[in-house]
Amino acid sequence: MRKPARLDIDAILDDKGTRIIVCCGAGGVGKTTTAAALGLRAAERGRCAVVLTVDPARRLAQSMGLTELDNTPRLVSSPEGGGQLYAMMLDMKRTFDEIIEAHADPERARQILSNPFYQSLSSSFSGTQEYMAMEKLGQLRRSDEWDLIIVDTPPSRSALDFLDAPERLGRFLDGRFIKLLTAPAKAGGRSAFRLLNAGFGLMAGAMTKLLGAQVIKDLQTFVSALDAVFGGFRQRAEMTYRLLQAPGTAFLVVAAPERDAMREASYFVERLAEERMPLAGLVVNRVHVSPASGLSAARSAAAAEDLESRGEHELTAAVLRLHAGRMQLAARESREQEHFVSAHPTVPVVQVRAMSEDVHDLTGLREIGNLLATA
Amino acid sequence: MDSPDTDWADVRLHVVTGKGGTGKTTVAAALALALASGGRKVLLVEVEGRQGIAQIFDLPPLPYEERRIAVAPDGGDVYALAIDPEEAMLEYMEMFYGMRRAGRALTKMGIVDFATTVAPGFRDVLVTGKTTEAVRRRGRNGRRVYDAVVLDAPPTGRITRFLNVTKEVAGLARVGPIKNHSELVSGVVKSPETAVHFVTLLEEMPVQETLDGIAELRAAGLPAGGIFINMVRQSLLPQAALDTAVKGRFDSEELAVGLKAAGVTDGSQAQALAEALAEEVEEHAHRTELERAERESLTEAGLTRYELPLLADGVDLAGLYELAESMRNQGAA
Repeated sequence: MRKPARLDIDAILDDKGTRIIVCCGAGGVGKTTTAAALGLRAAERGRCAVVLTVDPARRLAQSMGLTELDNTPRLVSSPEGGGQLYAMMLDMKRTFDEIIEAHADPERARQILSNPFYQSLSSSFSGTQEYMAMEKLGQLRRSDEWDLIIVDTPPSRSALDFLDAPERLGRFLDGRFIKLLTAPAKAGGRSAFRLLNAGFGLMAGAMTKLLGAQVIKDLQTFVSALDAVFGGFRQRAEMTYRLLQAPGTAFLVVAAPERDAMREASYFVERLAEERMPLAGLVVNRVHVSPASGLSAARSAAAAEDLESRGEHELTAAVLRLHAGRMQLAARESREQEHFVSAHPTVPVVQVRAMSEDVHDLTGLREIGNLLATA
Repeated sequence: MDSPDTDWADVRLHVVTGKGGTGKTTVAAALALALASGGRKVLLVEVEGRQGIAQIFDLPPLPYEERRIAVAPDGGDVYALAIDPEEAMLEYMEMFYGMRRAGRALTKMGIVDFATTVAPGFRDVLVTGKTTEAVRRRGRNGRRVYDAVVLDAPPTGRITRFLNVTKEVAGLARVGPIKNHSELVSGVVKSPETAVHFVTLLEEMPVQETLDGIAELRAAGLPAGGIFINMVRQSLLPQAALDTAVKGRFDSEELAVGLKAAGVTDGSQAQALAEALAEEVEEHAHRTELERAERESLTEAGLTRYELPLLADGVDLAGLYELAESMRNQGAA
């Protein structure tokens, strides 16, 4: 395998110019753990770091002693040397509520917050989480209280949802259907569909039948209220987007040495380049290595077979079988990575070996940090 | 046909969920094959637009149409359907209101997009509605068209919301057709004809998520089914050896003797190699021990458990049949 450049984690963490690190990658590859381990290592090297996680599984929380969704960064550790580690788990609904409260007059804010469609949108729209993560990132950065923000992207079905979400939300709120629903509000509050021609009338009838008249009414209130505060949404989304393209940002693509995850990583790298986002490198988690890598799978299996056929040293034979399996796995993992490296030969890579246990505490995070920096 | 003697003989709707990466779609596909074997007819449904079924069965992308995709052991057919919420909505409007044309206009205007964006509950009720319709559907002879329906459902974190449609929709539509429709769906999903199965691995995070998912499901009054423990590796070492290894006392000297006998190393290197291999054995023993603990915590849920082997060559069609057979041997189908 062509050897890629080694990703120098400490150089990134020690560079005071690095203000934001974004960990992205497929679900289940250890993004959150990587983000937390980087945060701790940065703090122990003197940075004042905050880790922002959006993972509803609350894993990071557990390893850092956080228990609740929270919208304020909490101090996790202040190691010797002046650094500090803060962490927070994004409360998406509260972040959304706060935006509404900040941008609408109290009466309108009340209307929006109590609307059933707002409640549904703010707690379960698949793009809301990504959008709010970006919003929070922008807030943290503007506050300038931390000199390094590490953000763990949501476990989206499609990998770069967090980049697309602001635009999607914008497109959605600018859509024709929304325009249709807001039309009466803009025309002085007359009935929703009176202004519309016969074709639209048919459709309006269909919608009322399908959803019920009350639903249509709620929808209209919601959309017209939201419309009034939306201008600010798009503007800030664009600001955050530009922030991500700035030189102080480093994107780390996180993967595991499996086909789907590596394919996703390739896709990420390409997308980031398209969007002109600064890529720092690839972290491959959970790589299996063997302490006896000099003994190949084939030789190990042959020796095991030999012992078995002679009926001798049963235990040794079993150990050799085990080793052959491990070497096969390592070979498969290395093939999966090769595809990535040949497609993206200039992307620096660091591998973190598989741990036999999940991370539960700061000690575990510190160990991952060591592996990231010195592997 | 008589009900077969299995753990889920009375179940018509098998909902399969699991954390991402646990092999949920694979298990759903194998379960469909297993349920179909012996001349039965089973529908395998996909709802997330990922075309995972087509990939597993090595087929071109599935349309929004029920079609036969596989033949089960001893006869029996597996049909598949990839539900597209938009199509489901059109069908629904036509079925209940005879308004296909108006439906098309709504789609064009982006209303489906709108409904699924602002209120995922609407989308879910369309998808579960289509699925339960297939469960209830009867042929001319008055018998059910499908002996069973297997639903490759959203992941564990979302499953209760997905199935608990009445509650999700209630906040949005207190009266009206959507509300009535959701009650019809709920009638099937909460009945003894439905079972929600969980797919997990013997790892900490998936096991915890499974237990949380089961608790959440039960709190919502939805019927929990079985637990499918996927990708189980057979341990090659005897328990006694694992026990000493986990304590860090694996005998590397004896191993060195064995290695020399096997001719993989000469005398001077044997001990070093043995020590390296002993380290590997200790790691393996440690993991086996953790897996045992995870298996133990899964028993807390009080559900029937099935173990499915790790497929050495990855998941292909032959592997699916192997998993299906394993399910049948364990009484899951």
